[in-house]
Amino acid sequence: MPDTIPADSVGLVSPTTLHVDSPITLESGRSLPSYDLIYETYGELNANASNAVLICHALSGDHHAAGFHSMEEQKPGWWDTAIGPGKAVDTNQLFVVCLNNLGGCKGSTGPTSINPETGKEYGPDFPIVTVLDWVHSQVVLADHLNIKQWAAVVGGSLGGMQAMQWAISYPDRLRHVLIIAAAPKLSAQNIAFNEVARTAIKSDPDFHDGYYTEHQTIPRQGLGLARMLGHITYLSDEAMGEKFGRELRNDAINYGYDVEFQIESYLRYQSSSFVERFDANTYLLMTKALDYFDPAKEFNDDLAATVANIKARSLVISFTSDWRFSPARSHEIVDALLSAGKEVTYAEIEAHQGHDAFLMSIPRYIDIVKTYMQRVAIECKTS
Amino acid sequence: MSLRIDLQIISDWIPDGARVLDLGCDDGTLLKHLQQRGITGYGLEIDNRKFADCIKAGVNVIQADLDQGLPQFSDQSFDFVILSQTLQAIKRPDFLLQEIARVGKQAIIGFPNFGHWQCRVQLAFGGHMPKSRTLPNAWFDTPNIHLCTVQDFEQLCADKQINVLSRSIVNHAHKDTLGTRLLPNLFGQIALYQLQKQPS
Repeated sequence: MPDTIPADSVGLVSPTTLHVDSPITLESGRSLPSYDLIYETYGELNANASNAVLICHALSGDHHAAGFHSMEEQKPGWWDTAIGPGKAVDTNQLFVVCLNNLGGCKGSTGPTSINPETGKEYGPDFPIVTVLDWVHSQVVLADHLNIKQWAAVVGGSLGGMQAMQWAISYPDRLRHVLIIAAAPKLSAQNIAFNEVARTAIKSDPDFHDGYYTEHQTIPRQGLGLARMLGHITYLSDEAMGEKFGRELRNDAINYGYDVEFQIESYLRYQSSSFVERFDANTYLLMTKALDYFDPAKEFNDDLAATVANIKARSLVISFTSDWRFSPARSHEIVDALLSAGKEVTYAEIEAHQGHDAFLMSIPRYIDIVKTYMQRVAIECKTS
Repeated sequence: MSLRIDLQIISDWIPDGARVLDLGCDDGTLLKHLQQRGITGYGLEIDNRKFADCIKAGVNVIQADLDQGLPQFSDQSFDFVILSQTLQAIKRPDFLLQEIARVGKQAIIGFPNFGHWQCRVQLAFGGHMPKSRTLPNAWFDTPNIHLCTVQDFEQLCADKQINVLSRSIVNHAHKDTLGTRLLPNLFGQIALYQLQKQPS
């Protein structure tokens, strides 16, 4: 809880819900007759609506990217390190929009919403949505906000994939794209990790084929296990070693199967808090959206041809210790952009924090985003 | 904005609208200058601070290690590949030169001439590794690990079947004098070459 709101915070914020009454047809062929998108905005949209920045969230993120919902809130929004007055994404100059994606569980229509056709929660019957579907729904939000062209679309990890998809699918609707700690598609190993997470959830006896709400339960064990696995892949060996090492919770080992090492305690704490704030069906859906992301599929697996229509200037960033989406995966994106002759800048950040580095306050990383976004902000005044 | 004279010479060699790759692009000054003439392309830079300066200058910059070659670029994909004051800091200059000739239709390469008379005097009579305005570091902490003379460089180009299209050899103030014209390997401190691979 903040005693006072820090000067570089966007302060107290509250979300807005857009109810869309027209249907959206999804990549799967299924459709939603109507849906809600919950979003937050920070800063002011300028007179010609040229200073809007869209922030796309990752797997377990949401629309609350910066500031505090109340003075009681323990932590600010998930990218508060980068968004605020005078920060890397400067809300004194830019109008920042962040929404909870379709299929999420934080206020946008998703598995925990009521299906208007049945009057019951969608649960596992909620259609699987893809990165492209998200971008289509984000276009609806942009139209609603009268934003014809984003100054920049920004995202890390799964958010970076949305940003990339924006540049590919709506080349005229953004001037810059920031693709951070992402990949042009998942590798077999990435999909394998996701499948283990899904198996953990689905094999929990409390899962009930996804209808756990009807049984008034939550697949805590399975979702917690999925989160533990995720956490391991988001950190690097070095970061984990530095943070926990072989430290014991009590002074001595006791030759039992209870929590003994600090890392065990940490993972259990992370998973138990996560299961109370995240929906298992949403988790399954998000991992599927990741698995399916492969924009080059439509272009005979030729990534350079896939990005050929991009008009935005790109900033691609990777982190040296990220093994979930390693620098080599970012190189694939950069090489395609180079080979298509696109405007691109690429930074590889020395960081030991693993994939999670993209959410952290790493000076050189934040400085690069800030320097880049300063130029974006300057351009907004002339465009 | 007045450009450093070696950069001005490089700039003069490049026609408007060309596509360039600037290896070791420093703070992006040259690329920024070229942009005003419709010359587009990328810079490669590994140094963190210079990299940030490039972003500030609004040039496209790729963080990359030149010792790895140029695998991200396809054959003959640039009109000019520029390597200014960096060749001597490369682990395998011969390999990089080959890569430059592969990627660029032409190349512009500038380096400090180790054959300059002051270097020769310092080594011959002082018995010390030379230091100069263009090569200020001590032998043990210098990034300049592969120094060469004008003659050495021209020999390497000949070995690699690379033709010299033009040459500009100047003193530390980037001026050409009677000495640099008559005996470039003795009086030139900075050498600049415009090169092209011989058709195979």
